[in-house]
Amino acid sequence: MTEHGVRWSAEQVLALAPDAASREAGSRLGAAGPWSETGSSADGTVWGLCKGGGSGPYRTVVDTADASGLACACTCPSRKVPCKHALGLLLLWAEGDGAVPRGEPPAWAVQGRKGREERAAERRTTGAEGSSSGTADPEAARRRAERRAERITAGATELEQRLADLLRGGLAAAEQAGYELWEETAARMVDAQAPGLAARVRELGAIPGSGPGWQVRLLEECALLHLLDQGWLGRERLPQELAATVRSRVGLPGAAQGPPVRDRWLVLAQYDTADAKLTTRRIWLYGTASRRTALLLSYGAAGRAPELALPVGLALDAEVSAYPGAAGRVALGERFAPPAPAGTRPEGVTTAEAAARYGEALRADPWLESVPVTLERVVPVPDGDSWQLADADEDTALPLTPVARSRPGLWRLVALSGGAPVKVFGECGHRGFTPLTAWPRGEGEAVPLY
Amino acid sequence: MNGTPAPPARPAPDLWEELVTAALLGTERRTPPVSAPGREAPVALLDAAAEATVRRRAGLRPASVPAARRPEPAPDDPRPALPAAAARRLATLLADRPGAGVGRRGTAPDLMELLPQWLATANAHGYAAPAHLLPALLDAARGRTDLRPAALRFAGTRGLWLARLNPDWRFALRATPGGGSALPDSGDTEGTGRLWQEGLFAERVALLSALRARDPRTARELLASTWATERAEDRLMFLDSLRTGLGPDDEPFLEQALGDRSRNVRATAAELLSALPGSALAARMAVRAGSCVAVDHTFGTPTLVVEAPHECDAGMERDGVVAKAPAGRGERSWWLGQLVEAAPLGAWPARLGGRTPEQIVALPVADDWQGELHAAWCRAAVRQRDAAWARALLGSPSAPEAGGPGAVSLAERAKLLATLGAGDRAEWVAGFIAVHGLSEAFQLLGVCAVPWAPPLGRAVVDALNIARDAGSYPWSFSGVMGLAERCLDPAEAGRLDALLAVPDEPEDASPGAGGYWAEAFQRLVTTLRLRAAMTEELAARPPGEATPAPPCGSPPAQA
Repeated sequence: MTEHGVRWSAEQVLALAPDAASREAGSRLGAAGPWSETGSSADGTVWGLCKGGGSGPYRTVVDTADASGLACACTCPSRKVPCKHALGLLLLWAEGDGAVPRGEPPAWAVQGRKGREERAAERRTTGAEGSSSGTADPEAARRRAERRAERITAGATELEQRLADLLRGGLAAAEQAGYELWEETAARMVDAQAPGLAARVRELGAIPGSGPGWQVRLLEECALLHLLDQGWLGRERLPQELAATVRSRVGLPGAAQGPPVRDRWLVLAQYDTADAKLTTRRIWLYGTASRRTALLLSYGAAGRAPELALPVGLALDAEVSAYPGAAGRVALGERFAPPAPAGTRPEGVTTAEAAARYGEALRADPWLESVPVTLERVVPVPDGDSWQLADADEDTALPLTPVARSRPGLWRLVALSGGAPVKVFGECGHRGFTPLTAWPRGEGEAVPLY
Repeated sequence: MNGTPAPPARPAPDLWEELVTAALLGTERRTPPVSAPGREAPVALLDAAAEATVRRRAGLRPASVPAARRPEPAPDDPRPALPAAAARRLATLLADRPGAGVGRRGTAPDLMELLPQWLATANAHGYAAPAHLLPALLDAARGRTDLRPAALRFAGTRGLWLARLNPDWRFALRATPGGGSALPDSGDTEGTGRLWQEGLFAERVALLSALRARDPRTARELLASTWATERAEDRLMFLDSLRTGLGPDDEPFLEQALGDRSRNVRATAAELLSALPGSALAARMAVRAGSCVAVDHTFGTPTLVVEAPHECDAGMERDGVVAKAPAGRGERSWWLGQLVEAAPLGAWPARLGGRTPEQIVALPVADDWQGELHAAWCRAAVRQRDAAWARALLGSPSAPEAGGPGAVSLAERAKLLATLGAGDRAEWVAGFIAVHGLSEAFQLLGVCAVPWAPPLGRAVVDALNIARDAGSYPWSFSGVMGLAERCLDPAEAGRLDALLAVPDEPEDASPGAGGYWAEAFQRLVTTLRLRAAMTEELAARPPGEATPAPPCGSPPAQA
């Protein structure tokens, strides 16, 4: 077992904030003033009373060792997870024993934890029942799946027709057609129960307005969508692995049925992307023994942070199981110990090896945008308006993606490097490299760049 | 994958271009370069494009970078790294951006306001800034000019290296000597001369100021070498930079500048000379001012009588006295004020019967001249940084007239206080607050040394307590509260515990005031605790330096 109750750093705590406003509000609560009866127990529970705007203080309990991610319970009305009180309490806790002493949790804190554990246990049993009830009538389930496959097939066929019409008339005309054409087609794909196709169609609609070179990008994406349609329509003839990838790309839900892999998983990066309806959180893990990189996904409804939160730089002793498909997605299973400082770093490669790795990955999944990869020794080098990551020991470099060059994290990376080689984890794809985490030379904690 | 392979004879990039052209125009207008039996033209085009896309992506290789484009590595920062806790604290302070806290802050401390103190302490310890926090630090300094000197010192060489790469941080290059166009080294006489001869005005001012701070004599000689050919506005700016390191050696140059063509240059030269009590100008002024003021014994008590000058002669004008009075002021009192202001204070005791400054200030003044005379002495005490006279003019802090607008305004009092030692200053302001309360104290507190000395801190806390008991709202005192959060000695936090409770509201109090006061005191205590923690974190030795640093000369321990 790893050492229990290791305190996190303030940066790690702040990285959990669902948005900038919470980060600021949390920072302000990260001081002793409004807090009383704070404490932390050996099993990773942190609690405290926070004086708030209401009549009584809010009761805040955070379980830093909860198996399903960071578990917060707070009596405040905020729907954000973690709320500013939980963040403030964790910041206070991060400072050390002075602010949040070790102790036995009071009754109200234990109650919160028990309630959560019971609910989690309930979820597990109902989940198990749910799947068993599914298998209770395999015939009905099979019929449902068949009906859905038929719908998707009809959708994919319709989409093929629309793409052919588009190419017959020319992509130049698509610029005038505007968003509606795509939105309408996307809605048809939603009706066809193919959310993966719908999302791709919607993205096509944004390409004509995406700046110079849009024609080439639109052709590429139309062609890959066509490839996915063809993959679905001909899935029976595909190798099993590729067929699974096509199914997951089309949007059929898969279950994480891979065998559980236990490892010390180092949290490499955590970042959110949001659209109007959904916040998607991506967490990259690196198995310190298996040297495998795995992706955890967690979702939150509009405006709410996804529930799963893991601080970058810590490692957790846990099991993960792979989803079908080649994208490296896993589900987090049992956790055996609270996250603890890792002290290790992932092994890295050169820029040429990183590019080759992306190329190889396309063989299993031609729709892949990027692969996770660690660059061993690179230096950020200015390149006109943008930057490149150049190998310290070779004359080769990867360009940064357009999204990476506009982020403040770029400057943290440049500052950390100071013109000397650093280790950088990120996503390497056809649009360039997106740095997500960097490690300084010598000692030093991981620096999130998102 | 499912597509028909493209004819292998064609080079791939060529084929791709043709596919794009056909896709743009549409297969109705342009026959695609590929075809497949049983496939419609657009479908065949998509087949080929899909394959080409995956092939293009799979074939991507890194570009090659010319070595010349790689940035010169940042110079090594020899300063020790921050202790881990202090680095985390800095990250928290920098994350608290202004503008986020709209409305009441409640009991949470204002972290951004603690940044100046944090930076000053870190700089005093000589720590290096953590590299990954430099962008946030430079952003903070960009928004707040008052932070810049300390922030840039802390950011060090790597901060400057970084600022050169981002136009947003260009201010750092301007603000740091040697940041933009590097100033020559102290030993580089030739480089200094060239920059002085050929540089832009701003560069020349920066050069002169930097040189003056390092080597007053060389700076003055450099200025004298081109003095006659400089434009009047430039002469004024250059002369102003001699305030730094002003000394008796400067007198001949300044005497010469008294004959300058520009009146403003003459006035500035005279002002600088009058700040040198041993200068000839000071002696001339002593004679002129002395002839205007005398002790008269004809009444029972000795009294100062003032005979203001009847004219402003050429000699006075040459010595910087402005002849024309501002509108609404009598000429004679205007001249008197200027003479007394420029006369060395040390000459008065001999002139006025061997009295001490206290005794002189205590003398009654005949015919309503007291205001004019004392105000001029105040200006002289500030200019000549004469603590004895400043103390005499300040008088007793508990004197009833000290609280109101007297001959000496609050602004002037603040300036007089600045000439006293830190202990005397704190004691005087403490006495003032004890008698007159906080309403006039803000400006005076601003000149006191941080952290406040114990008597001053106690006086402020007592006065706040009294203000609370009087039933007003705490935001009437938000200025002083804010100062107290930043300046009160953190050791005082324990004494404030009694104030944290919400008291029973007296009948005449403003509704809810008690709760707001408790909140304000809570924020004060929290901030003090935070400051104590900050100081402690910065004092902690970073890991690996548990033993004292070896004395110079002995080899450093192997890591």
